[in-house]
Amino acid sequence: MIRGDVMRKGVSSLLMIVLTTLTVALSGCSSDKAGESASLDQSAGASTETVTGTADTASEAVADDLSKLIVGIPQDISDLDPHYATGAGIKEVLFNVFEGLVKPDASGNLIPAVASEVNISDDNKVYTFTLRDGIKFHDGSLVTVEDIKYSIDRNRGADGSEPLVSSFSNIESVNIIDDSHVEIVLTTPNSEFLPLLTVAIIPESNTDPATNPIGTGPYKYVSSSPQENFIVTRFDDYWGDKAYIKDVVFKVEANSDAIVLDLEGGSLDMVARLTSAQVAQLSDKFDIYEGTMNLVQAMYLNNAVKPFDDVKVRQALCYAISPQEIMDFVSDGAGTEIGSAMYPSFTKYYDPALNDTYNQDVEKAKALLAEAGYPDGFTFTITVPSNYAQHVDTAQVIAEELKAIGVTANIQEVEWNTWLSDVYSDKNYEATVVGFDASTLSASALLARYCSDSSKNMFNFKSDAYDAAYANAVATSDDAEKTKYYKECLKILSEEAANVYIQDLPEFVALNKKFTGYEFYPLYVQDIAKIRPAQ
Amino acid sequence: MKYIIKKFFSTIVTLVVVSLCVFLAFNVIPGDPALRKLGTEASQELIEQTRQQMGLNDPLLVRYVRWFTSFLHGDMGTSYNYNVPVAGMIIDKIPITLTMAVMSFLLTILVSIPLGIATAKHENGLLDKTITITNQIIMAIPPFFSGILITFIFGMIFKLFTPGGFVSYTEDMSKFIRYLIFPSVAIALPKIAMTVKMLRSSLLDEAEKDYTRTAYSRGNNTSGVLYRHVLKNAMIPVITFLGMLLADMVAGSIVIEQVFSIPGISRILLASISNRDYPVVQAIIMGISAIVIVINLFVDIIYRIIDPRIEIAE
Repeated sequence: MIRGDVMRKGVSSLLMIVLTTLTVALSGCSSDKAGESASLDQSAGASTETVTGTADTASEAVADDLSKLIVGIPQDISDLDPHYATGAGIKEVLFNVFEGLVKPDASGNLIPAVASEVNISDDNKVYTFTLRDGIKFHDGSLVTVEDIKYSIDRNRGADGSEPLVSSFSNIESVNIIDDSHVEIVLTTPNSEFLPLLTVAIIPESNTDPATNPIGTGPYKYVSSSPQENFIVTRFDDYWGDKAYIKDVVFKVEANSDAIVLDLEGGSLDMVARLTSAQVAQLSDKFDIYEGTMNLVQAMYLNNAVKPFDDVKVRQALCYAISPQEIMDFVSDGAGTEIGSAMYPSFTKYYDPALNDTYNQDVEKAKALLAEAGYPDGFTFTITVPSNYAQHVDTAQVIAEELKAIGVTANIQEVEWNTWLSDVYSDKNYEATVVGFDASTLSASALLARYCSDSSKNMFNFKSDAYDAAYANAVATSDDAEKTKYYKECLKILSEEAANVYIQDLPEFVALNKKFTGYEFYPLYVQDIAKIRPAQ
Repeated sequence: MKYIIKKFFSTIVTLVVVSLCVFLAFNVIPGDPALRKLGTEASQELIEQTRQQMGLNDPLLVRYVRWFTSFLHGDMGTSYNYNVPVAGMIIDKIPITLTMAVMSFLLTILVSIPLGIATAKHENGLLDKTITITNQIIMAIPPFFSGILITFIFGMIFKLFTPGGFVSYTEDMSKFIRYLIFPSVAIALPKIAMTVKMLRSSLLDEAEKDYTRTAYSRGNNTSGVLYRHVLKNAMIPVITFLGMLLADMVAGSIVIEQVFSIPGISRILLASISNRDYPVVQAIIMGISAIVIVINLFVDIIYRIIDPRIEIAE
């Protein structure tokens, strides 16, 4: 009897190990709700808030509890080396620690940072930078022109490796002119190269950038712990407007269900990118800032598979789907409609007229389907990454809308990694709902991927007119002409119905009323230096 | 001695099997660590170069053998995602998860043994009936749900702790322990219910046996029989059960760490799985398996102490 127990225990302990392994392996296939922000899904927004504070309010006089801000972030800061950081959720935090030669500001302009002056030659081939006088790294050493050359060379793979920034393969050489001037010479002229020079300038002397990050930003690194936090403190020798809050803790919130509890309980002061459902649960202890995420949400179609290889079918889908209805269902009407691959913060290129290319018209949609040879509709699958609730919800509304024209859409939720390898890399899909962002302040960041020869063209979109218009836009250095060609690109995407463009999603930021000054950027940025105690 | 050698070898075999399972599992589930790390902006060439650097282009067996040999040399590899050695990454997190498991284990013992004895002693009394019904309810509530309830009741309403306000043991030991009390309760609740039920029925079984009658006939009163004779025998299956519970608590912390925002080993494990950070996952699973095996070894030893009649099966 007792012996039996002993032996059975051996079996059950083995069983337990196997079960543990299984649980763990299976959970890999489930969704992580808090969402890992890949560089694909970016947010930040049209600046709806303005700061009126002055720079010298630095918080020596501020009460203790206001000298520390705790920010909840959905993604761990796994890369401390800014040149290897790719996740948008990582870059938005590192923005506070690192700066490039230039950096974006809240209204979407590039402002000088490590460089105090930029000179671009008339042929757009030579970019000359003047090093800001007296600018220091966090370790107290002065920034030198060698550090600039080192940082750029590291990103362009000057030692023969692959460039970390693919556009940097266009750099012919980085030359030090004198103690305060560096020039970057390009192989082929590019008038839109400056937005790429936001890459971080780091000291050449730092032998271990992966664990000891040193930059020039308003905050300097203190410590970090995997899946726990990333702690920074104010850099008092910062060259520009110094930060207000002294200590900032970025706390990793892997569980989206706990965010509201943690905010209300007082262990978080600020969280960005909340859903409207989460906002509704918050008490009046928090100010809610509303902006847009700055991404192009669409039902992306694989233009190479049947029936989406027929422009009439794609147009029929556009006529069948109403972005407004989607916004009403998914986020109580918040959001901004888009009609092509450009979101409204890019005011120069965004054309609201394109929103009306296809107004919802079920009869027209049915007629187009009949013309294309599908009078009774068809069935297809929408593959959606399950960790993005807003995209899953959107897909569900779309599936309902398409029933009206006899088209059946099956929704398949997949884990983010599966989406990356199957849908994005292998283009093995029919339709998907995601949002694309711009990684730099330039229209090409959104439009390059539609060129028929681009490796990032996951839509298999192919249009000679588009390729020509895009090439013209890149080649010209005249801004008006460039804008004209980019607008032409957008028009082609809309008319060809490359994808079913839907909206720029709304973004909500909760900030404890003890603080104020949150600013939206037209890029993926959380600028903590602007946040100050509210009194 | 023979037993220990045998146990040692079976431990090694188990660990090898586990590591092979994890390795194979990651080959079946989709996802490319290089692509995952670099995202949608990277060029094909850079992704290929990174795959090469991570050694992902080698055949499965080559990768496994390489991992295994370096693991034997004490090198757990470098995290794909964090670019730092795995050992350094997880060593700080182990005490968090272990402390929580030990706390919930102690809680389970301290509460369930007196309760189990009390219910058995007053079989079918009011206390017994109340506890039996409560037990049924508690056993039916999964820990993540009781975790959310506890956070809501004790964190939000009574404000006995700050939800998400975890403080690491490196900063403040007493705050650390205080924060872990409620998560430990969440883990312990269903275990307490099970242990009480188990101990109660085990005690009642023993009370039916002949030696109990003999003990009574020698003039012992109920308490004497219970504590001097019945309890000792009744504890044997309970100890087996408790050993399994402790192992289960280490594994069960995966859910609770998510609910209470505790940055322990399980949080890293889950994040590493979704990041396809194989070296970290391998190391943590090996760690958890080793803990489970060691705990079982201890249970065997305690067994022999409590009941010298038991010889470990050869």
